[in-house]
Amino acid sequence: MGRSPATKDDAQALFHSLRSAYSATPTNLKIIDLYVVFAVFTALIQVVYMAIVGSFPFNSFLSGVLSCVGTAVLAVCLRIQVNKENKEFKDLPPERAFADFVLCNLVLHLVIMNFLG
Amino acid sequence: MKDFNPHPSIASICDAAAIFTPISEAHRSAALELFSISDASFSSLEEASEALRTFEVLGIEIKPELKDSTCKSVVDALSSASPNSKDLYHALRVSSVLKCEISEEALTGVASRIKDSIKDAKTLLDFYYSIGGLVLIKGQASEVDVLLENADVVFRSVKDLSQSDGKWRYSSNNPESSIYAAGRALETLSGIITLKSSDIDGNLIEALKKDVVKQFDNIKKYDDGAYYFDDQFVDASGYQGAVSATSSVVRGLTSLASAFGNINIPGDKILGLARFFLGIGIPGTGKDLYYQIDALACFDQNRVLVPLILSLLASVLSITSQDKLQVKVTTVLGSTGPSLSVKLMQVFRSGSKDASIINQELKFDPKEAVHILDTLPVGVDVGEYVFAFEIFLSDPEHKKIYVTGGRTKVPIYVTGAVKVENAKVEVLESDTVETEQQLALPGKNDVSLTANHLQKLRLSFQLTTPLQNPFKPHQALLKLRHESGVEHVFVVGNSGKRFEITLDFLGLVESFFYLSGKYNMELTVGDAAMENSFLQPLGHIELDLPDAPEKAARPPAQAIDPYLRHGPKPEIAHIFRPQEKRPPQELSYAFLGLVFVPFLAFLAGLLRLGVNMKNFPTSAVPATFAILFHGGIAAVLVLYVLFWLKLDLFTTLKTLGVLGMLLMFVGHRTLSYLASASAKVKSA
Repeated sequence: MGRSPATKDDAQALFHSLRSAYSATPTNLKIIDLYVVFAVFTALIQVVYMAIVGSFPFNSFLSGVLSCVGTAVLAVCLRIQVNKENKEFKDLPPERAFADFVLCNLVLHLVIMNFLG
Repeated sequence: MKDFNPHPSIASICDAAAIFTPISEAHRSAALELFSISDASFSSLEEASEALRTFEVLGIEIKPELKDSTCKSVVDALSSASPNSKDLYHALRVSSVLKCEISEEALTGVASRIKDSIKDAKTLLDFYYSIGGLVLIKGQASEVDVLLENADVVFRSVKDLSQSDGKWRYSSNNPESSIYAAGRALETLSGIITLKSSDIDGNLIEALKKDVVKQFDNIKKYDDGAYYFDDQFVDASGYQGAVSATSSVVRGLTSLASAFGNINIPGDKILGLARFFLGIGIPGTGKDLYYQIDALACFDQNRVLVPLILSLLASVLSITSQDKLQVKVTTVLGSTGPSLSVKLMQVFRSGSKDASIINQELKFDPKEAVHILDTLPVGVDVGEYVFAFEIFLSDPEHKKIYVTGGRTKVPIYVTGAVKVENAKVEVLESDTVETEQQLALPGKNDVSLTANHLQKLRLSFQLTTPLQNPFKPHQALLKLRHESGVEHVFVVGNSGKRFEITLDFLGLVESFFYLSGKYNMELTVGDAAMENSFLQPLGHIELDLPDAPEKAARPPAQAIDPYLRHGPKPEIAHIFRPQEKRPPQELSYAFLGLVFVPFLAFLAGLLRLGVNMKNFPTSAVPATFAILFHGGIAAVLVLYVLFWLKLDLFTTLKTLGVLGMLLMFVGHRTLSYLASASAKVKSA
C-alpha cells in the first residue's frame, strides 16, 4: 500500500507536535511516566517468557505480571493526583499522594510475595 | 461298599478295577432307621409289604404287637367287599411273610374274586397285582385252586402291551412306557406260566424269550463293571430312576428263570446287575432300600442265576509286616457260596497294560471261609497293582446255577519301607568338592555349610525298595527357607536309584531376591506306598549373595497375621504426580537478564531527565528522618525478599507490623516537613 507523501508528512508532523507538547510536561510527571513504561515492559517480557515455556507454575506467572500491572496502575493514580493541571485534586498535597503510593505498593508487594510461592 | 480307584491309567483297561462288598450290618441298621415303625402299625399295606420283605431278607425280627396289628389289617383287607387288586396283592404279600392265620375258605374266596377281576383287567398293573396275588395264594395254601382256565388269552393281552424297543406300556390306550413296566410285565408273564392249567402256545413262549433278549438292548454300564437299567422320568408315583427300574427287571428275569428252569442271559450282565446294587451303598429312602434288598434277594434265592461276589478283606498290604492277601467269595447277601477255588491269574502294574501271568491258586481256610494268598508273586514290589482273580467252581453242575463272571480285577496297594542310602550334601566350587557332609536319613541331621554365589550346592541320595529295586516317590522336594521367611522349593530329580539335585547359586541369585544370610534346608520324600515317608530338616547354609541392584524385584511380603494388632501394616505405594516439564536453565537465565533490562533503561532514563537530590533535607533532624524513611522502605522490601525465601506469613506480618509503625511515623514526619518546605517556597 503506497502512502502518499502527504500522509507521511502528516504523520511526521503529528509525531513532532506530540513530542514537543510532551517535553512541556513537568519533570516529576515524566519520571512517573518512565516508571509506568518500565513496569509495563517488565510485564511484557514475563508474558513472552510464559508464551515460550508454558504456564507452569501459573501462580508465579500471575504474581509477576500482576505486580507489574499493579504498580503501573498505582503510578498512574499518583500521576493523576500530583498533576497540577488536574482540578479535582487541587487541595491534595503531593506528599500525601506519594505516601499513599508507597503504602499501596508495600501492601501490593506483600500480597504478590505471598502468591509467588 | 465300593472303593473307586480314580487312577487314570487304570481306566484305560477295559473294566476298571473296583471292590464290591456284600450286604453288611450297615444295611440292617439303615433298614431299622428308614422304615420308621411306630409300635402301633404300618401306615399302609404297601409300606408294610416293602418293610417286611426287607426285614425278612436282612433277618430282622419285628415286635409281636406290630405283627398282630398288621395281620389284623391284612384280614380286614382280604375280607373287604370291594376288593382293590393292589391292596389284595400287598395284603397277601404281608401275610406270606408274617405267616398270618388265614382260613382256607377265606383264601378260596379271595382267589375266586381275583380270577373274576382278571376278566375285567385292563392295565398292566391290574394284571400284575392279580396274577401276583394268585401266585402268593398258591405259595401259602397249595390246596386252593388258582389255575387259570384261559391262560392263553391273559398271556396274549399282557403280551400286547410290549413295544419293540424293549419297554412296555401300562395300558393299551396310554402311550406311556417304561422299563419298570417291562420288569413287571415279565414277572406277570412268568406268573401266568406257573399258574397255567393247559399249555400255552409255543409261539408266545418264543416271543417272550425274544423279549427277554431285547431287554438287554436298553442296558447301561458304569466303568467299574456295573450294569443297570434307567428310566429317568417322573410319573404319578414319583421319580422312577435306575434303582426301581433295574430292580423291577431283575425281579422279572429271576421269576422267568424259575418258571422256565433256565434262561439265556450272559453271565457278565448278571454279575454287573448284582454289582450295581452292591455299588449304590446304603440308599437314602426306604423305597430304594427295599428295591435294592429285594433285587439282591431275588438273585440269591433263585435257582439258576446266583452271582458270586469276590471281595477283599484289605486292599493295602504291607511288605514290612508281611501281610497276606485274603479274599472272600460269597453270594450278594453275604452267605457262603459253594465249594470253589480262587486263582490269581494276572498281576498288572498300575500305569502299564503289561501283565505278568501268574496262575497261582489261593489256599482256602475253611474256618474263616477265606482264600489266602500265601506269598506275593515274584516281582511284586512297593507300588500300586491290579490283581485279576478267577473263580473256579468245584462241581461242574454248579456252573448252571452260579455266575462267577470271568476275571475280577481288584486294585491292591503294596506298601513297604524304602531304604535311603548314600545321602550326602556337598558344596562345589567349579565342579570340585569343597565341603562334604554325610547325612543320616531318615533321621535327624544338622549340617552347617557356607557358600557364596559362585558355588553350587549338591544333594544326593539313593532310594531302594525292600526288593532292591529303584523307587520313584511321588514327592522328593528340597526346600530352602531364608531367616526372613522367604521360601524356595526345588524338585529332586532322579536317574534310576540315584536322586540328585544341584543348585547353581549364580543362576539363582535373582530368584532368591539377592537375600544373603542363613537358609534352613528341609528334605521331603513321600509316597502313598512308602511306609517311612519323611520331612526332615537337614541343617542350614549361610549364603553370601551380591547386593541387589536398584531395579531388582523385592522379595514377596510374608503373610501378615491379621490378628496381630501391632504388627506391620500392608504397605501403601504412593503414586507421585509426574513432574511438569521444565524449561532449559539457559533460557530461564536469559530471561532473568532480560527482565532487568527495562529497569536499567528506567535508571538511564531517570539520569537523562536530570534527576537530582536537591530537595533532600540538609539540616540534621529532618535529614535523619528522611534517611530513616528510605531505610524503612528498603527494610520492608528486604523483609519481603526474606518472606519469599524462607519466612512464613505470620513472622512476616509481625515484623511488618513493627516496621510499618516505624515507617508510618518516620514517613509522616519527613513528608510533612517536605510539604511545609514546599508550601513555604510557594508562599514565598
